[in-house]
Parts: sequence; C-alpha cells; structure tokens
Amino acid sequence: MLHKRNPQLNRRGELIHLLSIEGLPREVVTQILDTAGTFLSVNDREVKKVPLLRGKSVFNLFFENSTRTRTTFEIAAKRLSADVINLDIAKSSAAKGESLLDTIANLSAMHADMFVVRHSESGAPYLIAQHCAPHVHVVNAGDGRHAHPTQGLLDMYTIRHYKQDFTQLSVAIVGDIVHSRVARSDIHALTTLGVPDIRAVGPKTLVPGDFQGMGVRVCHDMAEGIRGADVIIMLRLQNERMSGAMLPSAGEFFKHYGLTEDKLRLAKPDAIVMHPGPINRGVEIDSAVADGSHSVILPQVTFGIAVRMAVMSIISGNEA
Amino acid sequence: MSSLTLDAEALYAELRSGVRSLWRPGMVVMGIWSGGAWLAERLVADLPELAGAGRPAVISSTLHRDDFSARGMASGTDATKIPFAVDGAHILLLADVLFTGRTIRAVLNELFDFGRPASVTLAVLVDRGGRELPIQPAFAAAKIVLPATQKLSLARADGGRFTFSVQGQA
Repeated sequence: MLHKRNPQLNRRGELIHLLSIEGLPREVVTQILDTAGTFLSVNDREVKKVPLLRGKSVFNLFFENSTRTRTTFEIAAKRLSADVINLDIAKSSAAKGESLLDTIANLSAMHADMFVVRHSESGAPYLIAQHCAPHVHVVNAGDGRHAHPTQGLLDMYTIRHYKQDFTQLSVAIVGDIVHSRVARSDIHALTTLGVPDIRAVGPKTLVPGDFQGMGVRVCHDMAEGIRGADVIIMLRLQNERMSGAMLPSAGEFFKHYGLTEDKLRLAKPDAIVMHPGPINRGVEIDSAVADGSHSVILPQVTFGIAVRMAVMSIISGNEA
Repeated sequence: MSSLTLDAEALYAELRSGVRSLWRPGMVVMGIWSGGAWLAERLVADLPELAGAGRPAVISSTLHRDDFSARGMASGTDATKIPFAVDGAHILLLADVLFTGRTIRAVLNELFDFGRPASVTLAVLVDRGGRELPIQPAFAAAKIVLPATQKLSLARADGGRFTFSVQGQA
C-alpha cells in the first residue's frame, strides 16, 4: 500500500510547514511549546530581537480579515529579524481575478522564504505548500472552518503555563464549535497531549453530535459541560459564518451559554478562562468574567507571539 | 570508542585553582549551557571567594548560532537566565570545552542583548584547539588535540561527579 507522508514533515520527521495540529506527533508539539518558552524571555531583554531569520522574507498573506493574528505574526517575525511584507490580498490581486497559485508564483519570484496564510477556504495552505519551492515554508494562520494551528498551540502553551500537567485535566470548549477552526485545532492538540476529559459545550445547532468522533464528550447543557472543569475555552459566535436561523438571538445564547460569574462557580475553584478573541462581551462572556481573576485572555495574546516565533524558527531551520 | 582518557574531576580541581587566581572582588559568574553551567554552579559552592557573587547566570548559544540554517533549531536547551544586571558587570564566563570558538561568539552576542558588560573573562576545562575565530581563554585546565570528527562533552552524574564523553571516529 502506498503510504502518504504527512506534508508538514520532512523525511526525518521534522516540521517544515505548520498546516494543522492533526497528525503531528506529540514530540513535535512539545518541541514547539518548549521552544516558545525560550522565546518568551526575549521580551524581557534590552534588545528584543534575535537573528535567526535575518535575511529571510516572510509574506503575510491574509485573504480574510484579521488584526490580532496578523499583528502577532508580524511581531514574531520581526523579533526573529525577518523582513515582513503584509499583503492585503483580498483587496488586490485576488480581487482582479488572479488565481491563488499565480499569486504564490509571483511572490515566490520576489524571493519569499515563508508564507503565513489565512484563507476562507479550508485546505488553501495545503495547496500552497504543495506548489511552492522546497526552501519555502508555509504556516496556516487559519483556513475556513478547518484549522488554526498556531492558536491551538498557544492555547496549549497557556494551559501548560497555568496547569503544568495535561494528563489530569478536564477541558470545556464552549460555544460556536461547528464554525470554529480554533475548536478543531484545540481538540486535536488536547488529544495529542493526553488530556483525558474534553467537553464540547453548546446548543445542538452549534455543537453537532458527530463531534463525539473526535474524542470529545458533547454537552448541550452548560452546567453539565463546565462542572468541575480545570480549563474553560470560550469561543466567539461567528455570525459571519452562519447561514439561516442557527440561533434564536444573541441574548438567548447568553442566557444559556454565556459565561457569567455564577456559572463559573461550577468549575474548579482554580479554573482558568480562555478566549481566542475577539471577545463579544455580553454574548458569549460576561465582562465580569472576561476581566476577572480567572481570565487568562490577555496572557494568551502574549504567549501567542512566543509560540509563533517558535513555529517560524523551527520550520525555517528544517529542510524539505 | 576512544582510547583518550581525561580525568574530569582532576581537571576540575585545576580549573578551581585557575579560577581562584583569576577572581577579582565584584565579579559575577556565568556558565554556558549545559557543561559550563554545571561548572559555574559547583565553583560557587566550592570556592568561598565566589560565594558573595550570588547565583550564577546560565547562558545559551541557541538563538545566535551561526549553523542555524544548516542544523535548525536546537531542542532541549535551557533558556538564558541572568539574575544580575549585565550593564557594567565584570563577568567570569565558564565553558566545558573550547573548540572552534563559535559557541563563545554566539554566547557573547546573546550576552550583549542584555546590556553592556564592563569585561568578560573566559575560563574553560579543556581547550581542544581547532580555533576558527580569534577567541582565547584566560585559563584552560588542559590543552589537548582531538580529530575534528570527535565530539567531546562534559557529563554530570547524579552525585555531581564530572566525566567526559567522547563520540565519533578517532
């Protein structure tokens, strides 16, 4: 039987692209988290820059809007001394009818070394990785509903920072799971790292029962879903990806699934509350919780820079 | 395996007296991860003169290595931890093995990301020759010649005893 190699890994099993957490060996995930720890301390130095990507050009290709992810990728690349080129592709070539692969071919002719890609179509970063030159590396910054691997990794870094050991944890992921690439990446990462209890919490329209196939427990009742949890990951309601009446109203959603201080008391006393941002106060999370002592939403952003530095430095140091 | 026998404990005793003569009041101690950091830790415990210098710093060459594009990101190394202000410090830098000088170059670049030291003095357990950069130690407990294909590194047993490991073809 023909065995197809994971396109993210070279023949030695080293990471050359980051496209999805699914299928990554635990050692590779752990290597990224360990390396991120090294980069976190770069923020404390007088010179907040290291020369690992000096002379390399990183192209941020955002076919879909983003502020936080694009900015943190840009900061991460700059702290690694790379030259960063931000392209608002949605407003330029693609709008003029250029195909994705033609855009990539043109940018490769400008001697790109790395593409950071966000696209509304699932699988677009895979297509780019398959067609770019061997020395070029691709990082998926979010593709459709499929994956957002650096967010998944920074969530794991955050959990490890506060909870150390993954093998005893109960993690609840709450909200609009069906539209969420973050949820899929988190679930793959949590499973890979050996978390024994993962719960997907939300209404039937947003958390279909077939998520059970991913190794999670589906809960349509919020109280049941977050009771005794060590970690609560709240997700944003993605109105832009919803078609038809999947929800009665935002107010109704908040009543049942919005995280308030009252509901948070059902979790462990030292539970942490995470959110990939941007948060919708009063829709999926109450302000008192978002700004409260359990919230680690802003540290997640800081850790995100270190995790993205780790990913970019690891892949650019490995040959195809 | 090699027939080379190096008594790491005997060389450590040599290094200890070498460091004693290099030491000036007000100095601080820094060891290069991992062997140099072990040496720094033990010297601070063994030499009363060094006790006042406080906890030794650990410095890593990982983020400044010149072979990054060929070898990639090193995994399993510790991050640099410097518990004192680098600006104006007189630093005693410890390494287990000095070879091409490239690790020292990388470490000096790393150090200067934290500030401008007043001076850096290098003491090593073994100088194995083969320098590719103009870097010399102020003290080396031993000077030996090894083929470039052999890798010499310090190992530390559970009880803290030092040994040398030699890998590769003689």
